[in-house]
Amino acid sequence: MNTTWSRFNITSIVLGFAFLYLPIVLLIVFSFNESKLVTVWGGFSTKWYVSLFHNQGLMDATWVTARVGLISATVATVLGTLAALTLTRYTRFKGRVLFSGMVFAPLVMPEVITGLSLLLLFVAVGLDRGFLTVTLAHITLTMCFVAVVVQSRLITFDRSLEEAAMDLGATPVKTFFQITLPVIMPAIVSGWMLAFTLSLDDLVIASFTSGPGATTLPMKIYSQVRLGVTPEINAACTILIAVVAIGVIIASLANKRREVQRQLDERAAQRG
Amino acid sequence: MKSLGSIRRDFAPWNDPNAKPYIQFDNVTKKFGDFTAVNNLSLTIFEREFFALLGASGCGKSTLLRMLAGFEEPTAGRILLDGQDMRGIPPYRRPVNMMFQSYALFPHMTVENNIAFGLKQDGMPKPEIASRVAEMLKLVKLEQFAKRKPHQLSGGQRQRVALARSVAKRPKVLLLDEPLGALDKKLREETQFELMDLQQNLGLTFVVVTHDQEEAMTMADRIAIIDKGEVMQVATPAEVYEAPGSRFVAGFVGNVNMFEGKIARGEAGGASIDAGNGITIRTDNAGTAGAGTAVTFAIRPEKIKVSSKKPAEAVNAIEGEVYDIAYLGDMTVYHVRLDDGQVVRASTMNAARITEDPLSWNDRAWVSFRPDAGVVLTR
Repeated sequence: MNTTWSRFNITSIVLGFAFLYLPIVLLIVFSFNESKLVTVWGGFSTKWYVSLFHNQGLMDATWVTARVGLISATVATVLGTLAALTLTRYTRFKGRVLFSGMVFAPLVMPEVITGLSLLLLFVAVGLDRGFLTVTLAHITLTMCFVAVVVQSRLITFDRSLEEAAMDLGATPVKTFFQITLPVIMPAIVSGWMLAFTLSLDDLVIASFTSGPGATTLPMKIYSQVRLGVTPEINAACTILIAVVAIGVIIASLANKRREVQRQLDERAAQRG
Repeated sequence: MKSLGSIRRDFAPWNDPNAKPYIQFDNVTKKFGDFTAVNNLSLTIFEREFFALLGASGCGKSTLLRMLAGFEEPTAGRILLDGQDMRGIPPYRRPVNMMFQSYALFPHMTVENNIAFGLKQDGMPKPEIASRVAEMLKLVKLEQFAKRKPHQLSGGQRQRVALARSVAKRPKVLLLDEPLGALDKKLREETQFELMDLQQNLGLTFVVVTHDQEEAMTMADRIAIIDKGEVMQVATPAEVYEAPGSRFVAGFVGNVNMFEGKIARGEAGGASIDAGNGITIRTDNAGTAGAGTAVTFAIRPEKIKVSSKKPAEAVNAIEGEVYDIAYLGDMTVYHVRLDDGQVVRASTMNAARITEDPLSWNDRAWVSFRPDAGVVLTR
């Protein structure tokens, strides 16, 4: 393999990374801007971060987003895991193909359509739009993602583990909680994190299904930007990016460490 | 037939008409959709027996084991365990434990928690669990690996953990699905003897499924040879080898030469078989086949002698040409092409370091055997 830095290689890397990260870098840099004008550099300052925490509207929106995310991700994880279990285990029930297609349809459904149809539903059943409706909508949106993640784990799950547990005297319920669930737990956790992230950055569906008093952070940011971008918004976005980046880095580091440890263990076991 | 008994000389409950069967398959049929995995099969297994189900893959032997464990229900027929009908009893209420082919060790539990799993399900008090686990670890010589997870063990160690886990509850019957399949040859041979010792010491009934005839021959008191969901023969290893009941069994277990022919005439205690092309075989073991019956004469390679001159005293001697020689160290295998084109396989133990009668490729040679060396098969 060619490992030298040719001019072509350097150019493609610079271009590729610039394309991906330049907008984000710009946003972060201008969050530390002294000037109130977003595109004019007026010196370094952290004052927007301070004022951010005094912006009651933004703080409320953050709190709403966090609660919607936690609740919807948790409920979606339970429902999605159950759907994945049914789809992989009971392969011979009537209408399985239809059911699995229907579970996964929201994956490719344009969000505008999901949002609009949910809105129509909530209006039809007379549900006041607010915290409850946006949470329900996010459960609908994220459940299928959890189902996909958990299902891909269950396909490679060795069923003889469950048979061994039952053979040793565990009832089906105990087998599920003591064997199946712990073994597929990593997939369930990543399903939950995916659901939480999706809920966190959803704007379209939230706009359709949310009401007064339940404005999520993306909605708040979007509405403020329409009145003009302030460095305060830049600061809020920078914090959001930092939170997501730290989460991703911790998750991948933990994963990497586990993998390395596992390989070491296996090599040690092979030796004796 | 004399001297074809069990390896454990005083253990042969299957010959005792008063012995009570411990496990009974009673006209059991199992269908998966249109496929019949087990076809109207009956078997009896006795207490403390080491019983092997031997067959090629897909013959239905694993289905038999899974029905005994309770993972599958028979489509028809009954399975009795110690006289009790097992229908409708779920796996977690059966007094049998199984060792899985994949071992099925719980990856998120340590070795000791794997072994303790079944004991905890029974609600055994903690101190007793601890002492039983320690005892099991000692039994399989894994004391210093108690705190390891399965992925930190080698293949042979995992096999031992699986074994310890499956005997920890002291089941009446231990089912073993290809227990040595994943081990390399050397480890497999060692483990065979360990399994036999374990079965003897714990006084358990073992039912083992295997496709490896050597494994079945080494370990089992009796072997059931299964083909297409049916029992072909149930007998001790010596009987299966020396007195196969059918062409299938003769060909499935070990190497065999077969001559197709007709009984020319019955004689006192034996018969002459006309095998065509001027070959006549004299045998003492004609069974009940009368004159004119189409039969197969089956003889094992090690019971055939190869020599360059016709042995003067031989009752059966056929001439041919040496077609192939394989020197295997402990023995030499000759392939001799008879004048009618049939190839006969003969093996000779290399008891002496230097052979007196060196045969080479394309030499004329005689194959000879005694009248009691082969068997006559009608099925």
